[in-house]
Amino acid sequence: MIAEANDKEPSGSKQVILDRLRGRVVESPGLPELDPDRLIRYPDRVSQFCETLKFVGGESHFVDSPAQIREILEGIEVFSAADRIASTFPEAVEPTVDLSQVSDPHLLSTLDWTIVKGEFGVAENGAIWVDGRTLPHRVMIFIAQYLALVVSRSEIVDNMHEAYARIGAPSPGFGVFVSGPSKTADIEQSLVLGAHGCRKLQVFLLP
Amino acid sequence: MSIALPIVDHPQAAKDFVNNVPRSHWHDDSLWFVRSKRDRQAQSLPEWEYLRETASAIKRHTIANLADYLQEFEANATRMGAVVHWAADAAEHNEIVLGLLRRNETHRIIKSKSMLTEECGLNEYLIENGIDVVDTDLGERIVQLRGETPSHIVLPAIHIKKEEVGETFHQHLGTRKGEADPQVLTEAARGHLRGKFLDGEVGITGVNFAIAETGGIVVCTNEGNADLGVSLPRIHIACMGIEKLLPRFENLAVFTRLLARSATGQPITSYTSHFHGPRDADSELHIVLVDNGRTRIRDSDTFRDSLNCIRCGACMNTCPVYRRSGGHSYRATVPGPIGSVLGPSKDMKAHKSLPYACSLCGSCTDVCPVKIPLHHQLLAWRKVLVGQRLLAWNKRVGMKAASWLFRHPRVFAAAGYSARMALRYLPKSLTHNRLNEWAIDRDLPDPPKQSFRAWYAQNRKNTQAEQSE
Repeated sequence: MIAEANDKEPSGSKQVILDRLRGRVVESPGLPELDPDRLIRYPDRVSQFCETLKFVGGESHFVDSPAQIREILEGIEVFSAADRIASTFPEAVEPTVDLSQVSDPHLLSTLDWTIVKGEFGVAENGAIWVDGRTLPHRVMIFIAQYLALVVSRSEIVDNMHEAYARIGAPSPGFGVFVSGPSKTADIEQSLVLGAHGCRKLQVFLLP
Repeated sequence: MSIALPIVDHPQAAKDFVNNVPRSHWHDDSLWFVRSKRDRQAQSLPEWEYLRETASAIKRHTIANLADYLQEFEANATRMGAVVHWAADAAEHNEIVLGLLRRNETHRIIKSKSMLTEECGLNEYLIENGIDVVDTDLGERIVQLRGETPSHIVLPAIHIKKEEVGETFHQHLGTRKGEADPQVLTEAARGHLRGKFLDGEVGITGVNFAIAETGGIVVCTNEGNADLGVSLPRIHIACMGIEKLLPRFENLAVFTRLLARSATGQPITSYTSHFHGPRDADSELHIVLVDNGRTRIRDSDTFRDSLNCIRCGACMNTCPVYRRSGGHSYRATVPGPIGSVLGPSKDMKAHKSLPYACSLCGSCTDVCPVKIPLHHQLLAWRKVLVGQRLLAWNKRVGMKAASWLFRHPRVFAAAGYSARMALRYLPKSLTHNRLNEWAIDRDLPDPPKQSFRAWYAQNRKNTQAEQSE
């Protein structure tokens, strides 16, 4: 009993489920509206962001120019030794892998570093919103051994409510909040950074 | 394809785990550690209670209007380029997934965590049909390699010690014998699973939230395994229960703030990924909407709120029974307090002992981010079970006898007198023997000198009842 080999199955079950739901009318209150005055705001969003980022295992750096990003990265051993680097921010780091020449995402499996621009940060949880439209291959931020995100210090919002308001209506595609490096505590609750994604996360805060 | 489940007796199923005292305590401590982290995060937000109330109201509203929101979701997801499938039960869900794999002639699946597919038995079904399924969440992979099932919905391998993980990895991944360092073991799993990721033909994920207004789905992980799993292959299949829906995009703010804080005490998961349609024109995104008993739970005024659940696991981490008896003792996909509510909804007879795996302490209700009145529901289940005559005979007879006794004051007084005498004079060998299970870990109290009734007659005989206005 395999479903029909067509994109649209003539789903009898859809009608069954909808009938089951409509067969029982349930009274409910309306959808609640949030009072923005009751939501947390921070006196200093940038320092709150850095503090939370540290808590979730990321490292933040204040920089004044893209050139300074390069300088700091050069001081990190795993960067200076890196061979394959993908970057959507060539002002700071020139890529060594030309993403426009890569058609199959599997070919990015040997990426050492990825440097991309984030749209904005969230003070309450240290997350950075990365818009998939800025990524030639979305796998680049997950498959690289190390990840660096660049975001402006003036683009830090207080909380997730402001974050979603800022994203607005999502267009087709992909977007992700990245908060710290990939991690797991599945073995006896011992925190290990670098489960499947990046082993470390560097965040550069431009003016 | 409904499998007749054996009737679970929770105390029996928990026996081995509880009797291993050091292990039971270790398990208890591990979960309490997670619970404490949750508390710190909850306390860091002055609006925590306001968020819980709002989340609960959003969920109630959604479940009440679920048919409309599901249709809105389907229309918008389709507009974004996804294909939406509807499954009335677990069997149909599994057939739809297998159908998609067959149509694309694919055999190697990389899967991230999904309690729904666990509930439907998807892995077993696909493996029986010759498909290679690899769980990529580290905890789930450990459990899969050991031939076990997850014992917790967020921390699947919380019951396993690092030395045991080391032994499993030594057998399957060739790590050094005796290796027990979590860092080294995780690194080994990373290397092993990288190969599987690159080799996978289809990525299957669960869904944390789906948004009616936009037709998008959100998947939250810490490891990044869901993202790796769906960013490489051409096909992404996302499986979700119909209760995972949220009306608006902005509602995500409330739930992403609550989920990880409640689950593991993190301010948010490392990756919170939003998918609106497939990756590109050559790729496919399939979303399977599954009922499998959810509409029936919605029909019930008493248990409807259990559909609010966002599967954070906070109720397990705080539950004194779960912490000491382990997740496997529930013999259900979802263990702990919420599992003890959902289990009987699925099969009352098979899971009849679960509502009793509870001291009614109410801690689960206090931590639930969507305010499911868990301990009230567990008590409500007991009433249903008694009404259905599903209570064990010894409890049934005992309750009947007690009820009769309380209705006959003279007999009650006589029984009290004999009990006080018995406590004073019966030898311990008669009260503490193999026949009396109650006495295994308990001692009898010292008998009071007189009954309350006698004391009252002596000391308060002139007291008048308070005048009510």
